[in-house]
Amino acid sequence: MASTTTSTFRRILPQLVILGCALMLNVLVFPDFFRIEFQNGRLFGNLIDVLNRGAPVALLSIGMTLVIATRGIDLSVGAVMAIAGATAASLVVEGHGWVTALLGALAVGAICGAWNGLLVAILRIQPIVATLVLMVAGRGIAQLITEGTILTFLNPGLIRLGAGTIMGVPTPIILWIVLGAFAAFAVRRTALGLLIESIGVNQASSRLAGINARVLLISVYLVSGLCAALAGVIVAADIKGADANNAGLWLELDAILAVVIGGNSLLGGRFSIVASLLGALIIQSVNSVILLSGMPPEFNLVIKALLILAILVIQSPKVGHAVYMLRAAGPKAFDTRPAPAARPQKEQS
Amino acid sequence: MTDDPRPMLHARGVSKFFPGAVALDDVELKLYPGEVHALLGENGAGKSTLIKCLTGVYRRDGGVITLDGADIAPHSTLDSQKLGIGTVYQEVNLLPNLTVAENLFLGRQPTRLGLLARRRMVTEAREVLADYGLDIDPAEPLTSYSVAVQQVVAIARAVEMSGKVLILDEPTASLDRDEVQLLFSVIRTLKARGLAVVFITHFLDQVFDISDRATILRNGRVVGTRLLDGVSQTDIVTLMLGRQLEARVHDRAPRTLGDLLIEVDGLAKSGMLDPASLRIHKGEVVGLAGLLGSGRTETANLIFGAVPADQGRILREGHEIRVTNPREAVAQGFALCPEDRKTDGIVGDLSVRDNIVLALQARQGWWRPIPRAKVTEIAEHYVKALDIRLASLDMPIRLLSGGNQQKALLARWLATAPDFLILDEPTRGIDVGAHAEIIALIESLREQGMALLVASSELEELVAYSTRVIVLRDRRQVSELTGDAISTSNIIHAIADEPIQEAS
Repeated sequence: MASTTTSTFRRILPQLVILGCALMLNVLVFPDFFRIEFQNGRLFGNLIDVLNRGAPVALLSIGMTLVIATRGIDLSVGAVMAIAGATAASLVVEGHGWVTALLGALAVGAICGAWNGLLVAILRIQPIVATLVLMVAGRGIAQLITEGTILTFLNPGLIRLGAGTIMGVPTPIILWIVLGAFAAFAVRRTALGLLIESIGVNQASSRLAGINARVLLISVYLVSGLCAALAGVIVAADIKGADANNAGLWLELDAILAVVIGGNSLLGGRFSIVASLLGALIIQSVNSVILLSGMPPEFNLVIKALLILAILVIQSPKVGHAVYMLRAAGPKAFDTRPAPAARPQKEQS
Repeated sequence: MTDDPRPMLHARGVSKFFPGAVALDDVELKLYPGEVHALLGENGAGKSTLIKCLTGVYRRDGGVITLDGADIAPHSTLDSQKLGIGTVYQEVNLLPNLTVAENLFLGRQPTRLGLLARRRMVTEAREVLADYGLDIDPAEPLTSYSVAVQQVVAIARAVEMSGKVLILDEPTASLDRDEVQLLFSVIRTLKARGLAVVFITHFLDQVFDISDRATILRNGRVVGTRLLDGVSQTDIVTLMLGRQLEARVHDRAPRTLGDLLIEVDGLAKSGMLDPASLRIHKGEVVGLAGLLGSGRTETANLIFGAVPADQGRILREGHEIRVTNPREAVAQGFALCPEDRKTDGIVGDLSVRDNIVLALQARQGWWRPIPRAKVTEIAEHYVKALDIRLASLDMPIRLLSGGNQQKALLARWLATAPDFLILDEPTRGIDVGAHAEIIALIESLREQGMALLVASSELEELVAYSTRVIVLRDRRQVSELTGDAISTSNIIHAIADEPIQEAS
């Protein structure tokens, strides 16, 4: 429907603008940023790198968006990446095929997600605490699987998931775009999106309206676990080895940041998966600017923090309101539209 | 007592305004030394606002308060304590991990050479508590004693710090019978010491047990102050609910009942509701009457499975059904509009459209989305049928007025075409117009053959639409009124636990 398309576009417009600015910064520091070449059956270029390197956070942000929409948070995704990578690696090292390794890793991710979901939905532990358990324990579990070493492998099928291409496009790009599109489509073409948002806004009311909040809560954490597992396999495949200590380290924070940059409220409710994916790309573009500018690496984290602070300040409701007041004070003083409320992006995507 | 020329505390013309509402309007309260004064009223009558004005939590917007003849204007609870007004709340607000003595003396500990004189503090605490009939070890942590003892410690602290006026805000709500007696003996001691005690409770028996006088508030105004010696519980309930006893028998058209739909048999949950049984036919409105906390809301919640019951069963058309959560209730064709619209009803940030379709969608399951065109059709239908006033179906429901929110919630449930509709305080906090429309809607749903259970504190409303009224008191069903026996006066008599004048 045309109206739905327009409101989706309006919802993601701020993220598109910010992404555009971030990409322009890349061009400023590296004029050839947009050049894409086709060599040896593979696309090459800085833009392709952004899309490719951004894959793990993009995948994580899909599940994280759903979890945050229920007013939860999943701190364990980085650790689940490590567990999944370790599982896939140990399976191929034991001589299993790459399909078994992938399915095994996904199953482990699903178990991790279900565990988080049980703690949150059944035992009613606060999500930040419940997922902290696995965040801490997860790396230990991954180390037990790899037996404390970096478990390397040479299985070409598994490596292709991280370093291979499909019709010239790096596999991780295909994976996150397909999965993201599927998830965004699934939540809006079924009633899942509405029910998840309803739980996030008011769980008591939702329960009294007959919504099965428990099953839905467990499901979103399970999806988050699955997304993390796939991201973990990609990262392991990319370096041809499972590093229990460093795989996915701190990526849970990038994933949360992607969701926030995507304009989704940490207080739950209205969400947009597409906007979160754009948020993930914005983060990767910022990373890319820092790399391409040739700045000493010591500055990386500080500069990244400053750029992201700038993005969040631009999005803050106070700033939005101030801009609105400035405009209202101008010639359109009698604009009767209501002032932007506490959360600037409310349109459904 | 009342012939004492000068009251200990005298509040005159006290007013308090909140945005869009008058919480207190020209309220007068006189407290004499050596009296226990009950402050009565239903929820929202203004009891707690008045207390907060006295204790400095709120600044009053008008009026004069004198304490011991001097004008006061407390600006904080600490300030009012220093002036002599102490307050003890239902939830003991002491520090559970400290000892009894530390709690008693916190902020004014006895010291020696600038150091805490612990032993002297314990000795003094023991002496203080002995006055209250407590023989406990003050060096033990507060949590090692029962809630009643903690309550007395809180009172002792308040009296030792303040010593003129003691306000007890629902102190007996979580106490058992013996503990209440312990508390009352302490109150009697304080009365003998010349304190003015304000006692707030929903239990009328306790009011008559301990209080000398009562001031009754309704809608922010004082509707009467009575010496309790000369009045009956009926008089007090009448004042609280604001209905004149009317002898008029309600004119009701002959109503044909449909088949028996719902039978509730001994449904109970300990601490919430004693076993309750009721039968509801198609085309019948059963009213639930009673004071706040009498078990009205609890009955509604247990039947709907919002709170799982410990015992009892529910039968639908003669077959036992399982209702342990709202989802199962909805599957059985039940619907519940809850008492607290904001926290349990609306999903504030979602659009009116989504709110209306929510229960229907939840029952269909997530994998069978209602097409958007159909959603709009349903929403528009109910917006028109119930006359919901809104700018757009896409606006968040929290922006609607109370009456329109309530109508949208009704629409949410009517969209599921329920057989059995439970309404808990359907007209609370909504404007007059919407009020009349909702009552008319209840009538028309009944005529269409729906079974309804309506809990309400508005007695005239209950009398108007109920075919039967069940009266609750102290979490028990005490009476059932049918036919011509349904009148506000009979309901009030039943609530007050006094013989009903007209036999049913």
